[in-house]
Amino acid sequence: MNELPQQLANGLALGALYGLIAIGYTMVYGIVQLINFAHGEIFMIGGFGALTTYLVLPSGTSLMVVIPLMIIGGALASVAVATAAERFAYRPLRGAPRLAPLITAIGLSIVLQQLVWGFYPEAKKPRSFPEFQGESFKILDNLYLQRADAFILVLAPLCMLALGLFVAKSRSGRAMQATAQDPDTAKLMGINTDRIIVMAFAIGAAFAAVASVAYGLDKGQINFEMGFILGLKAFTAAVLGGIGNIYGAMVGGIVLGLAEALSIAYIEEIPGMQQLGGGAWANVWAFVLLIVVLLVRPQGLLGERVADRA
Amino acid sequence: MRHRSLIILTTVLTTGALTLTACGSRDDNSKGNSDSDSKTTVVIGVDAPLTGSLSALGQGIKNSVDLAARTANKNNEVPGIEFKIEALDDQAVPASGQANATKLVGNKEVLGAVGPLNSGVAQSMQGVFEKADLTQVSPANTNPSLSQGDNWGKGDSKRVFKTYFRTCATDVVQGKFAAQYLYNKAKKKQVFVVDDKQTYGAGLAAIFSAEFKRLGGKVVGTDHVTVKETDFSSTADKVKSSGADSVYYGGQYPEGGLLSDQIKKTGAKIPTMGGDGIYDPAFISASGEANDGDFATSVGYPVEALPTAKQFIKDYNAAGYKDPFAAYGGYSYDAGWAIIQAVKAVVADNDGKLPADARAQVTEAMAKVSFDGVTGKVSFDEFGDTTNKQLTVYQVQKGAWKDVESATFED
Repeated sequence: MNELPQQLANGLALGALYGLIAIGYTMVYGIVQLINFAHGEIFMIGGFGALTTYLVLPSGTSLMVVIPLMIIGGALASVAVATAAERFAYRPLRGAPRLAPLITAIGLSIVLQQLVWGFYPEAKKPRSFPEFQGESFKILDNLYLQRADAFILVLAPLCMLALGLFVAKSRSGRAMQATAQDPDTAKLMGINTDRIIVMAFAIGAAFAAVASVAYGLDKGQINFEMGFILGLKAFTAAVLGGIGNIYGAMVGGIVLGLAEALSIAYIEEIPGMQQLGGGAWANVWAFVLLIVVLLVRPQGLLGERVADRA
Repeated sequence: MRHRSLIILTTVLTTGALTLTACGSRDDNSKGNSDSDSKTTVVIGVDAPLTGSLSALGQGIKNSVDLAARTANKNNEVPGIEFKIEALDDQAVPASGQANATKLVGNKEVLGAVGPLNSGVAQSMQGVFEKADLTQVSPANTNPSLSQGDNWGKGDSKRVFKTYFRTCATDVVQGKFAAQYLYNKAKKKQVFVVDDKQTYGAGLAAIFSAEFKRLGGKVVGTDHVTVKETDFSSTADKVKSSGADSVYYGGQYPEGGLLSDQIKKTGAKIPTMGGDGIYDPAFISASGEANDGDFATSVGYPVEALPTAKQFIKDYNAAGYKDPFAAYGGYSYDAGWAIIQAVKAVVADNDGKLPADARAQVTEAMAKVSFDGVTGKVSFDEFGDTTNKQLTVYQVQKGAWKDVESATFED
């Protein structure tokens, strides 16, 4: 029990990562009802973009300068790929039956993975990523916060705040809300829905790039497959929190992260459940939680029940 | 109406084109034979993860067998025979391995196969090869049950597949050797054991735990990780709070490197030890200096130390492959060379030509193969296991694997 604060911190940091990636899924779904399965790979490309930026900068530059530049470099890469995907893979399929863009997204995910595996130098093995040097922060006797965890726990709320303000207060943000609510009427009101859709993809991709820099700083390495499992979990988080709702994405992510961390640590301490705990069952319990939540509340934690649009 | 006839036309054309290409490839095979003039082509199949997270090892395996084939051709090792390889990707998935095995069996020119990398994949390939009497030599499978049957642990070893051989020592040797080193030499008494639930990792961890307990050590906790996951911080915290002074990991380098790194980040400055699955530079590149002190065991003596290996390394670098030969390069070269030697023996027995039942004869000749290979003396015992029970313990020092102890394992 005395490691509870530590496991909570682990869960929160993991959850914040899921949440940042889930934003991408939820924004795209909210506006075009498309589950962008390639978003995990957008996240991965953001990471490689950040790594390239780091390799280009002269070595010895302090991390304070390097990290914002890496985020920008990663965001450039991921936004470029996301908007290209939207323009060339998804836009032509706007009127097609729902299944077509879904399958395209899955195919695109495989293509992007293999492109990086095949063409990025030395990507066949994990590539090392710069890390924070220095000890973890001692918060309590039984709580040590590693620097990378502190990084994401500070950055994620800041990003959410910025996004929330943007969507609620700015013109483009309100245009996004309008397009999500009813695209045809939004067009009638003079909103360029095509541009709004590109913006949604771009914002999702930028958040994914931030997430991948945080991930790289934490793990010390990135590899071409990292988008697959994280994308899947982040999508689950988005659904758990209510797909289409950006705050839901972060809430879902945190709930999922906490569920994983706590189930690894504590399920096996419940009498009778010794076999069902530990790292092997973390995913099982996380998804059991998802199923239970969806049975009770199918629209997700923060989702709204909306009638299907005609 | 216009659309429908267009669809019909397109369907007919596509079906026709596909049928033609299928015919075409079969014709190409026979054309290839007649083009080779007096030389008969013998194909050595290679099955390994050529893509995916273990592709670094798989590519090394493929390139090393290719080097063996090229060397044999250059030296005219078997007069009248030209060796080629057919490399298939199994992505470390058992079902893909089985499909590849079926494909290799169906190609009449294949007289032997090298691979796979993963013990779990081998389990689904052995039956296919056995039915076709096609020899299979693995450079990397270490699970004992593959050659000694499921009851090997109870002392009841029985060879199930007479077509299955391997050039690397099994986990029985590796796990016990690791436990003895960790307990006696490194003086660690409380170990936390983690594995990745796969055939190789779980098997190795179990053998290690049994031996460690037998020596008097204590296993203070166990946990599992899932392959392809990257966040092991909760498991790492469990390791820290268990008070263990070392960690044993049964599994491969992608997860092992991250696990070791995350354990150290929690503040527990304890070494992680693993088997040949983590003996790869990628294990270290996760965290550079921070991994110093971690151990790994690997089969055989360090490749760089053997005089026979020096020639292999020179030839490999000269051949200009894109990827390094990685941990199993030497074993793969020896596996390929063993097949070449078996073919040589069969051809010599048969007046310089390949007999009709070449595959069965190659399998029989394989059991008698014996030569000095890259990794030492290559020959097989009654189970198809290598007689070369040499092992080395490596430690990460200053960001690179350095061998600290080599020994020949005595049962």
